[in-house]
Amino acid sequence: MSDLALYSPAAADGASVLKRSDVSVTRAAPLARLAFRGDATAAGKAGAAFGASLPMTPLAANPVGKRAALWLGPDEWLLLAAPETETQDVPWSLARSLFDEVETALATIPHALVDVSERNVALIVSGPGAARLLNTQVFLDLDESVFPVGQVTRTLFTKAEITLWRTAPDTFVLECWNSFAPYIEGLLATAPEDAT
Amino acid sequence: MLLIHCPWCGIERPEIEFRCGGEAHIDRPGQPGDLDDRQWADFLYMRSNPKGLLAERWRHVHGCGRFFNAVRHTVSDSFVCVYKTGEPCPDLEALAREGAQ
Repeated sequence: MSDLALYSPAAADGASVLKRSDVSVTRAAPLARLAFRGDATAAGKAGAAFGASLPMTPLAANPVGKRAALWLGPDEWLLLAAPETETQDVPWSLARSLFDEVETALATIPHALVDVSERNVALIVSGPGAARLLNTQVFLDLDESVFPVGQVTRTLFTKAEITLWRTAPDTFVLECWNSFAPYIEGLLATAPEDAT
Repeated sequence: MLLIHCPWCGIERPEIEFRCGGEAHIDRPGQPGDLDDRQWADFLYMRSNPKGLLAERWRHVHGCGRFFNAVRHTVSDSFVCVYKTGEPCPDLEALAREGAQ
């Protein structure tokens, strides 16, 4: 499973999408998610208000406890936060309070902040066969020398846009749009074993 | 599959993550109202369409989402160099001479 405190498997029945000896795919519990865009000044202030600084290095992620800031573009970040106590509901109040804190800190600075908590869902792909399973549909070289632990990127999963984050040598977190999830889960669950 | 270097991400990515945005360095006229129809049509539709090196706009649409410029050979489809939006166009003739050597 993911080594991060941020992601935990969803408790609901049917959270497991795929379970094989070498790899498992599990739906993650809901998170508060904010899409942030702005220049370096705005990003600095947003990071201070959010509790995890926004990385300036391309393809970098900055997980701090149950929060993380992911670099998506030179002026674009995805901010993730899990509630301090276990909950399986969409953490509305956390998303709302984080949104307000960042908005307050950036009152006079141009930026864009959108609550996307319900837009995204996450899948935890874990096990020695994780990279090979993802490579049935993802076009990137997922060897650790090229895609090291901690790297995060937007890319394509066949036709669906995803955000792929390697959180451990054998663990990836795949963030995708809610409406794309059945398509992605279906392709992962039916990936032929001999191809992986 | 073609690998394209994104100057914003600093990494090579498969071409399926990118979209071509047509010829680069075409400035929109400051006062379109001052142009006659032929000049406006030239701006809208007429492109250099060379057989050789061409500076193009590309967008890393399924990656960082940003536009950048790339010099591409229109015959071989090979990318000669990439540079960020706002940076000056490299000397295409010099690049062509380098490539020929």
